[in-house]
Amino acid sequence: MSVITPPGQAPDQQAVIEPPARQSYLRRAANLQSVWILGVLVVIIAAFSAAAGTKFLSTSNFSLISQNIAVWAVLGVGMTFVIITSGIDLSIGSVLVFSSVIAAKIMESVGGDGWSTAAAGIGGALASGIAWGALNGFLIAKAKIPPLIVTLGALSVALGLAQVLTGGIDIRSVPESLTDFNTYIKILGIPALPFVALIVLIIGGIVLHKTKFGRYTYAVGSNELGARRVGINVDRHLILVYALSGACAGLGAVLALAQFGTTTIAGQSLTNLNVIAAVVIGGTSIFGGEGSIFGTVVGLFIPAVLQAGFVIVGVEAFWQGVAVGSVLVAAVYVDQSRRAAALRGSSRPSFLALLGAKKAKEPAR
Amino acid sequence: MAPLLEARGLSRSFGHVRALDDASFDIEAGEVVALIGDNGAGKSTLVKALTGNLPVDSGELYFEGAPVTIHSPHQASEMGMEVVYQDLALAPHLNPVQNMFLGREIPRKGLLGSLGFMDEKKMRATAEAGFAELGGTVRSFTAPVGAMSGGQRQQIAIVRAISWADKIVFLDEPTAALGVVQTRNVLDTIKRVRDKGIAVVLISHSMPHVLQVADRIQVMRLGTRVATMPAEGTTVEQLVGAMTGALDSQTVKRKENAS
Ligand SMILES: Nc1ncnc2c1ncn2[C@@H]1O[C@H](COP(=O)(O)OP(=O)(O)OP(=O)(O)O)[C@@H](O)[C@H]1O
Ligand SMILES: [Mg+2]
Repeated sequence: MSVITPPGQAPDQQAVIEPPARQSYLRRAANLQSVWILGVLVVIIAAFSAAAGTKFLSTSNFSLISQNIAVWAVLGVGMTFVIITSGIDLSIGSVLVFSSVIAAKIMESVGGDGWSTAAAGIGGALASGIAWGALNGFLIAKAKIPPLIVTLGALSVALGLAQVLTGGIDIRSVPESLTDFNTYIKILGIPALPFVALIVLIIGGIVLHKTKFGRYTYAVGSNELGARRVGINVDRHLILVYALSGACAGLGAVLALAQFGTTTIAGQSLTNLNVIAAVVIGGTSIFGGEGSIFGTVVGLFIPAVLQAGFVIVGVEAFWQGVAVGSVLVAAVYVDQSRRAAALRGSSRPSFLALLGAKKAKEPAR
Repeated sequence: MAPLLEARGLSRSFGHVRALDDASFDIEAGEVVALIGDNGAGKSTLVKALTGNLPVDSGELYFEGAPVTIHSPHQASEMGMEVVYQDLALAPHLNPVQNMFLGREIPRKGLLGSLGFMDEKKMRATAEAGFAELGGTVRSFTAPVGAMSGGQRQQIAIVRAISWADKIVFLDEPTAALGVVQTRNVLDTIKRVRDKGIAVVLISHSMPHVLQVADRIQVMRLGTRVATMPAEGTTVEQLVGAMTGALDSQTVKRKENAS
């Protein structure tokens, strides 16, 4: 960091000293968050394995874990895009409920237990999700209402309308083709729901990291004015990103119907916060401009593994909330101090800077 | 022949502040015009008004002799004009290559391209060639530009602008954060761009640099153009005098002689 000039000697006026390249450092610092958090996940898994052995490390346990996070993973893909644009989508849980009610109503009126019935329901759920997302995006991009407010409103309205449509009573008539898909089908040895989630994650990752759409998502979150100046249609992009989040909620509705065989009107009130926590733990910055689908996957596994581990080890599951909350705050703290370090031009990773700061406080001599 | 770009009587107010007050401007193809004036004289505002970044209250714009209205920076770049903004318009989280091609990504060939996949290799090669030409100190093409020095960022913005412009490049204080060698490179680049027939508008507070590269100098004060003079035969004292208003009568005379 510092250029050391020997005392009593003026800096050489003639020499032009160019700043050293610090790319490798920064590259690593940029990736630090998801790497760091992957380390945390590995430590958690190792700890539970040591405590519970094969009972924890079994295929059935991990199959159960992946089953539990399948729906959140699908929602997490849309949320990752949204948060990278420096937005937020609080409405996903309610949109999921609303979409599952629409799907259940459609399937009820079509009748039957076959795949054609399910297909009608799936179409309805996706259309409903996309419509909610596009509405959110429109209000955010065109009416310039902050995302927090728009999606908080949608959270309330979508849930309220779902309750109006059903009288607050869950619809249980889900066709067997859908519930059987969850119970019996395995693809490449992976249960059906996690498999669908995996496909969505892979597609989401490719779109985010390899296509123009993904590039513009980062650009909008990183410097909106700059993005506008180079001709990116920022408004349209925001509408598409929120519509994508809505589509994920619609697909999540289908998976939830398959998983539970009923709508879950009262069961999704914390879904938005859990998904946001996973995305943020995974290193996607709430200030926008950076993040990854891989990070979101790791961020999803941490709470799920903790929960499963606590059950197996015999710790009260209540501790899960304590642990997840602490990880969330710690993750954001690390993220923030890393940004501050980058602003100061320091190439020191923040995690180490934490320790370094203590050292620096000690008297120099 | 009509000037490449001409503005007549542009006015724009921000509340009580008249940032542009009946300001005029003109530039020919293949000409370097320096725009000078004290802080707050309205230079950046004029550039924004000329490039679709800021609607004006009144005044006309002519491009290649024809009246035009430029509604967006995107429209300006489609007309062949690029700007290096004083507040750099780079995306800090993206790397230099991604920034350079932002909004103009090269698609992959075939089906993948139409699905939105990008030809990263080609973009990187093109960008590296551009940076090599400027002789810049940007060495990493994979680190986010937000983590680079102010000067390196400025170089990236300059390379981006001159790679895309084919009519006019606007440089708003491009050398403000640059070291000695990089400044000389930018000044050389300006001349090279001019020799390709592209016009350059240079805003700078460094009078020696202005006199070194500019063909013509337009002086702004209180939101309006107060003098236009050829660089040749003009001294730093005269420029400073025109900026502060101390030499008003003389500059008017010079202006008459010049025209
Ligand atoms: N967006 C804005 N809102 C309010 N006032 C503005 C805005 N942009 C410019 N101004 C005002 O217009 C005047 C001209 O500003 P401008 O940025 O064009 O000056 P400048 O000549 O580029 O100065 P500098 O050399 O400091 O860059 C200033 O008084 C400034 O306060
Ligand atoms: Mg300015």
